Amino acid sequence: MPAIQLRLGALSAAIAVLAVTSSGALAQKKYDTGATDTEIKIGNIMPYSGPASAYGVIGKTEEAYFKKINAEGGINGRKINFISYDDAYSPPKTVEQARKLVESDEVLFIFDPLGTPPNSAIHKYMNSKKVPQLFVATGATKWNDPKEFPWTMGWQPNYQSETQIYAKYILKQMPNAKIAVLYQNDDYGKDYLKGLKDGLGAKAASMIVIEESYETSEPTIDSHIVKLKSTNADVFINITTPKFAAQAIKKSAEIGWKPLHFLNNVSSSIGSVMKPAGFENGQGIISSAYLKDTSDPEWKNDAGMKAFDEFLTKYFPEGNRIDANVMFGYTVAQGIVHVLKACGDNLTRENVMKQAASIKGLELGGLLPGIKVNTSATDFAPISAVQLQRFKGEAWERFGDIIDADVGG
Amino acid sequence: MSAVEDVVTEAPAVEAVPKRSMTLGYGTSLVVLAALILTPLFVKNFIIFQMTQILYFGLAVLALNILTGGSGQFSLGQSAFYAVGAYTSAILMEHVGMNYALTLPVAGAICFGFGFLFGQPALRLSGVYLALATFALAVAMPQLLKLGYFEHWTGGVQGLVVTKPDAPFGLPMSQDMWLYYFTLAITIAIYIFSVNLLKSRSGRAFMAIRDNEIAASAMGVDVALYKTLAFGVSAGITGVAGGLGAIAVQFVAPDSFTITLAIQLFLGMVVGGVGWLPGSIVGAAFIIFVPNIAEGISKGLSGAVFGVLLFLVIFLVPHGARQVAIVAQQLIGKLKKT
Repeated sequence: MPAIQLRLGALSAAIAVLAVTSSGALAQKKYDTGATDTEIKIGNIMPYSGPASAYGVIGKTEEAYFKKINAEGGINGRKINFISYDDAYSPPKTVEQARKLVESDEVLFIFDPLGTPPNSAIHKYMNSKKVPQLFVATGATKWNDPKEFPWTMGWQPNYQSETQIYAKYILKQMPNAKIAVLYQNDDYGKDYLKGLKDGLGAKAASMIVIEESYETSEPTIDSHIVKLKSTNADVFINITTPKFAAQAIKKSAEIGWKPLHFLNNVSSSIGSVMKPAGFENGQGIISSAYLKDTSDPEWKNDAGMKAFDEFLTKYFPEGNRIDANVMFGYTVAQGIVHVLKACGDNLTRENVMKQAASIKGLELGGLLPGIKVNTSATDFAPISAVQLQRFKGEAWERFGDIIDADVGG
Repeated sequence: MSAVEDVVTEAPAVEAVPKRSMTLGYGTSLVVLAALILTPLFVKNFIIFQMTQILYFGLAVLALNILTGGSGQFSLGQSAFYAVGAYTSAILMEHVGMNYALTLPVAGAICFGFGFLFGQPALRLSGVYLALATFALAVAMPQLLKLGYFEHWTGGVQGLVVTKPDAPFGLPMSQDMWLYYFTLAITIAIYIFSVNLLKSRSGRAFMAIRDNEIAASAMGVDVALYKTLAFGVSAGITGVAGGLGAIAVQFVAPDSFTITLAIQLFLGMVVGGVGWLPGSIVGAAFIIFVPNIAEGISKGLSGAVFGVLLFLVIFLVPHGARQVAIVAQQLIGKLKKT
């Protein structure tokens, strides 16, 4: 008996030692599917073809940025394997591609999938699989909902908060304004409109004199502008994408309609909107921004912009510098690299979400000075601040404070 | 190449022996069926999901095949019927709380009615003009779904999220596998129905209209009735396919049902072989897998690569999968003789 007891004792001691060492090893390095000692697999879904293919350049920019990270030694010694698929902006295809990424390619998480309908299609799936759907490239408000959807997180300031900021400005400066709204008839346009109405509150019904919508298939929106002018509105909220925004600015100048013109951030690019519309027609337009405009001479000697230009020449020479989407992809890729660095050797899906939800005051080269990335366990809206800007001469002139406007989903 | 040329220059097989050439032999059918039943037991859930996709897309292609291959009418508006079916299922499941299996017959019935009604004015049109009218339907559908009046039901531009059903009776299988077998059972039922329909009196009437409308009416076929009936049946089956698609994808949105979908279905029918029902499944596999292959070859030029692949298929086997099957049959026949 004593001999057996002795052996048992030795055995249990051995097990205890084993347990200690193995748990020690686990504490050092922890992996979920998609991460190893040498590699981190990141999935992505983009509309490289189809109606929204102009956005595909975001995926290409991200790929180029990860190439740069890998060339510089990777993240904590691990190379990024970026797998990006095309969904042509068709939700059923997004579901197929997301399942391919998660179940067949076995990625650690899906990063920056683009578009509200495609992301809505995989929202439930990603959360039931407990695979992070990180930094989605859409401004819809519903991505900031950590309680119901703890595995999904947005990135850019959402559309509703932007028009809420305009509404606040109008209520303060022109409380008796007659507002004309032109919006694109889709989720993006309607989200903006909702933000405006929420921001105006009870006065929305009396202040908004006309809500006019257009379809992206229309060749020109000139007739809508003429109709808006006929209401004699003195404030114009312009919720349009770049091509239409330029048309709207030009046409309203042509017919001599001079309201206080608010232009949504989506179309605030100098290169692709203000210049084609004619600088003289755009004077005094108010918009908002969170990214630096690459065509703005103000940033010529800015360190962040210099780093961006260096990246473009070395890793992404085919990228169009004045395309705002390139700057967008560059910045969001920097964001995810920050999260992965913070994860250290604990590359589980849970820890990726945890680190993504604990970004404090992160400054990125492409963001306007003073705008920082902030998240917490209850705030899944990484960038929620913008600054108002007014067009003067050939550039935007920012004014007022950085305005924070979080809208929960 | 000579064998292929022989087949092409021969009078089209459909007209010569319509009953046989519409289907597969019993032996082949059993082999295909066994493969469809057994494969999911050995593959990952993702592959099962893709197989489910092939089945419901196959059904939609089959529906178009009955219309074009059977009655000789063109349609580029199948995506509209598909959308109506998908939305019917989704709305009934999410707003009414109806069982998913029961929503499918409703989707089928509504689409049958819709197709039958659309068939009335479409009767006055033929050939390319009919294709244009149906094209208009496909273009209009996504915008109709976005209309504010229906937004309470359709979810507007945001779409509707659908809950995926679990396997019933506590069967030990994943949701994907259950949905696959569920879809397979419906597909087989509709396939058998379609084959019998085309073999029946109505089917012969369809084909008579396709081959020569005047001759058909001289023989006493009610051309108007059978043309609209073909439209109705085709729309009904497309609706069921749409309902199954909505359940499998768990999401419906206007952007899912654009004209691209209609063209894909048309493409699937041509690649599978016009008028050859088993080809529908091959055509569905083509429209699901070949874009993925094209993307694998070149991301930036995926559309161009897809075009080249499609061109190769049309150039080498202009009669689609049916032609491949006939060549294979002849080869096997020769082997048996020697």
